[in-house]
Amino acid sequence: MKASIVIIGGGISGVAIAYNLAKKGMKDIVVFDDNYMTGGATGRCGAGVRQQWGTKGNCIMAKMSVDFFEIAQEELRYHRDIEFKQEGYLIVATNKEEDEQFAKNVILQNSVGIPAKQLTLEEALEIVPHLNKDVVTSATFCNTDGHLNPFLMTDAYYHAAKRLGVKFFYNEKVTDIIVENNKITKVITKNYEVITNKVVNAAGGFSYEVGQLAGVELPVYSENHEILVTEPIEKIQGPMVISFSKNIYCQQVPHGSFIMGRSDSEVERGHDIGSTHKFLDEMAKTVVNLLPPLGDLRVIRQWGGSYNVSPDRQPIIGDTDQLEGYYLAVGFSGHGFMFAPMTGLLVSEVILGLPTTIDITDLHIDRFKNNETTEYEHSVV
Amino acid sequence: MNKKDIIICRCEDVSLEDLHNCLEEGYTTFEDIKRILRIGMGPCQGNTCGLLAQREIAKFLKLPLNQVEVHKVRPLITGVKLKAIVENTKHES
Repeated sequence: MKASIVIIGGGISGVAIAYNLAKKGMKDIVVFDDNYMTGGATGRCGAGVRQQWGTKGNCIMAKMSVDFFEIAQEELRYHRDIEFKQEGYLIVATNKEEDEQFAKNVILQNSVGIPAKQLTLEEALEIVPHLNKDVVTSATFCNTDGHLNPFLMTDAYYHAAKRLGVKFFYNEKVTDIIVENNKITKVITKNYEVITNKVVNAAGGFSYEVGQLAGVELPVYSENHEILVTEPIEKIQGPMVISFSKNIYCQQVPHGSFIMGRSDSEVERGHDIGSTHKFLDEMAKTVVNLLPPLGDLRVIRQWGGSYNVSPDRQPIIGDTDQLEGYYLAVGFSGHGFMFAPMTGLLVSEVILGLPTTIDITDLHIDRFKNNETTEYEHSVV
Repeated sequence: MNKKDIIICRCEDVSLEDLHNCLEEGYTTFEDIKRILRIGMGPCQGNTCGLLAQREIAKFLKLPLNQVEVHKVRPLITGVKLKAIVENTKHES
C-alpha cells in the first residue's frame, strides 16, 4: 500500500486532521489506530468544551474550536446528533487568590473575544442553585462553553473523512516507522507495509512511543486521570462546574447522568488507566462538599484515561526539525478533545505548506528548546 | 413482532432495530456499538443486554457465540450513592 500520509491515532485529533487534509484536496490519506474507535483518550474524556483558559494560546485554540462545533453538525453532514449543548462552564473560586487570578483570566479571555464574565456568589447561585454557599466565594461564567459527545463527534469526523476518501484502519497497531537518511520511507503495522514519506503523530496517550518509533524525542508523558458517571436524572444543572482549588469538574450531560473527575497529584507516570477506590472516595467527598444534593445519585461506573502532558500543559502542534515529514499533534494535557477542530485545521495547514490560520510559534515544539520560560497553564483539573 | 418494539437494552431504551441498523452500518463489536447507541451504559451495566447483543452480533457475523466479546465490566458492580461512600470512609484514618 502507498499513502501520501499516514496518521497514527484515530481519536478526535487524528480524524480531525484526516478530515481537514482531505477537504483541502489531499488524496491517499491512511489512518491507523491500535484500538476500536475512541478506545483511547477521546472516548474516556469528560465531554466538556470550554474557552476559559489562563494562557492566550489555549484561549484562541478553544474559542475557534467552539466556533467550529457550532456548525459541525451541518459541515460534517452527520446523521446523528453530536449533542452539542452550550450552557456554559461555571468556574468557581474558593479563595482570594483564585478570585484575583480569575479576574485576570477574564480580561485575557475577553481580549480574544471569549464572552466570559466574573460573577458574585449570588449570581453564581442563580445559575447553579445547589452550589455550597460556604465553599464558593465567586465564579466566572462563559455561556458559550458546554458539552459535546466525544464518541459521536469522532464518528462524525470519521464519516465525513471517509466520504472524502480517507482510509481508516482500527485495531491495527503501528509497529515501526522506517527512516532512511533522515527521511521516512515506510510505516509498518500488524498487517500492512505502507510506503509513505509523511507521518502524523496523533497517538494521544502513546505519543511518546510513536515518537520513539521514528527516533523523535518528545517532551511528553502520560498519566491516568479517573472519572465516574452517575445514573441519569431529570435536568437540574445546566453548566459544567469546575474548581481548580477543590480539584473537580462535574457536569450533567444531555442524557441526564452526571460525569465528574479530578486529578491525583500522586499518580505515577505511565499507561495505567485503571480505576481506584482512592479516586471514588475522594471524588465522592469533593462533589458532595461542593454540590451537596448530588450525594443522592448512584454511581454507575468509573474508568480512567490518559492525559498526555506537555511541559507547559499546552499542546505541541506542527513539524519538527528532528525529522522531515514528521508532524506532531501531541501533549494536549487533557484537552485534546475540545481543541480538535483547530488541531485538524492547523496541522493540515502545516503539512500542506499553507500559512496557518493563527500564529503557532507558541504551540511549536521549538518553544522548549532554549528553556525559555513559556506561559504555563494553571487552569487545569 | 416488530423489531422496533423489541427492547434489547432496557436502561437506555435501545431496540433490536437500532442494534441491527448499527450492525449494518459497520459497527460490529460491543465496544463500538456501546459508544454509538449507549447500549450497556445504564444502571444494569450490560447485565441484561450484554448476552442479547452478543447473540445478535454473532448471528450477524456468522460466528460462534464464544468468539464474540462482550462488554468490559467496570467498577462499581452495582449503583452506590455518593454519600454512602462519603459516610463509610469518613472515619478512616
